[in-house]
Amino acid sequence: MRSDAIEVTGLTKSYGDLAVLHGLDLTVPTGTVYALLGPNGSGKTTTVRILSTLLAPDAGQAVVAGYDVARDPDGVRRSIGVTGQFSAIDELLTGRENLRLMADLAHLPKQDAAARVDELLVRFDLTEAADRRAATYSGGMKRRLDLAMTLVSRPRLIFLDEPTTGLDPRSRRDLWEIVRELLADGVTIFLTTQYLEEADQLAHTVGLLDGGRLVAEGTPAELKAQAGGATLDEVFLALTGHPVTTEEKETVR
Amino acid sequence: MSTMTYAARDSATMLRRNLRHMVRYPSLTLMLIAQPVLFLMLFVYVFGGTLGAGLPGGGGREDYLAYIAPAILLITVASVALSTAIHIAKDATEGIIDRFRTMPIAKSSVLTGHVLAALVQTAVAVAVVLAVAVLLGYRPDTGVAGWLGAVGILALLALALTWLCVALGLAAGSVETASNTPMFLMLLPFISSAFVPTDSMPAGLAWIAENQPFTPIIDTLRACLEGRDPGADLWWAIGWCAVITVLCFGWARRLFARVRAV
Repeated sequence: MRSDAIEVTGLTKSYGDLAVLHGLDLTVPTGTVYALLGPNGSGKTTTVRILSTLLAPDAGQAVVAGYDVARDPDGVRRSIGVTGQFSAIDELLTGRENLRLMADLAHLPKQDAAARVDELLVRFDLTEAADRRAATYSGGMKRRLDLAMTLVSRPRLIFLDEPTTGLDPRSRRDLWEIVRELLADGVTIFLTTQYLEEADQLAHTVGLLDGGRLVAEGTPAELKAQAGGATLDEVFLALTGHPVTTEEKETVR
Repeated sequence: MSTMTYAARDSATMLRRNLRHMVRYPSLTLMLIAQPVLFLMLFVYVFGGTLGAGLPGGGGREDYLAYIAPAILLITVASVALSTAIHIAKDATEGIIDRFRTMPIAKSSVLTGHVLAALVQTAVAVAVVLAVAVLLGYRPDTGVAGWLGAVGILALLALALTWLCVALGLAAGSVETASNTPMFLMLLPFISSAFVPTDSMPAGLAWIAENQPFTPIIDTLRACLEGRDPGADLWWAIGWCAVITVLCFGWARRLFARVRAV
């Protein structure tokens, strides 16, 4: 058993002239939560897409769950679960059918598949809505179904790309609770977020990403001590000269 | 299990998913069948009397029905293929395609699932349209070999047009574009021997009509359903279908590797 779930060295990616990642290095120990915190456009989603085999880096190396993403993408895919920023559910199918689809694609034996689907429906509080089309679900329910689909194959490493963006406070807290339960089961979690509170609440290690570079990395307490701030917000401001949440407005303008 | 077994199993899973979509979204499926049926009625009852008289040897509405029924079956195949482009584009622009691509499943299964579903839908649509034609008085006059030939050539055509539409659907980048780009498939049969004999067209147009893929395909189908030997048309038809299938299969696979949701 390797001690690190993710080892990234010198990861670089550009889209044409636009450099998105400049030599990213990071390590995520197995069984911990790593939060990549940064504004829109800082390279968070690109990092997740590379680590989850959706995108090839221009340079650098990434070893995920012991497999090199470039050389053995199928090895990586057998070990991970991904819940992206955009809902990845089939809205024409019911919640149960969505989960069953994942169970069939994970090649679970028939009886195990049915049991696993029922178990997840209960765990994600979707039993009543199980036989309704996913199109009729609320935003919070869709996100829960999305995550439940990711968990069908019992991955030991889960990527959550902005898992609570657009959710109401209650749904957000529910999702945090699920992350804590997964962690208690020994699952490693790599999440990206724009919410400082989220990183503060969940993460063992926080990486502050700005303009495709990791500007600081450590436990929330270490980072606060290092930059002399009381909140991660102040830490981010002290290290980058701008707050996490204004970037969106700037790009809109 | 071997890689091949997994590929077959994943394709079957995707087929089930796509068949469910067709049941859940019945308006599109009904449209696909209604369109060729409307064409059939229009050409038999509105144009049929006049066009029948123009057939070699002259004839009436019934002769034109016998001439055009195979063409309507071909239009049915094209019509179902068209919808595949829409289904594919819808899949490729939604988040679920990224989910599939981060799973350890056979890469080809997403596309083969769509193609298999299209073939099932084609079989149903062709059966319904043929039944309507028979109700209107169409009586194919052929034996077992002719029927086998007709089913075979329709299956090859369905495979070719479906892979073409899979590629067009992936290339489209949006559902709207995907519903427009393959429209030429509905128009091309008009510039072929499908609705009128090609020698009734002006010389330049007749040359195009005689040398485009739909003409040997429709002539083969017509010969099979009339119990005649299609002769060289059969080999041209098979050749065209094979070439289109192989080229579009390769094109679709390359496009699929580049797809990214949203």
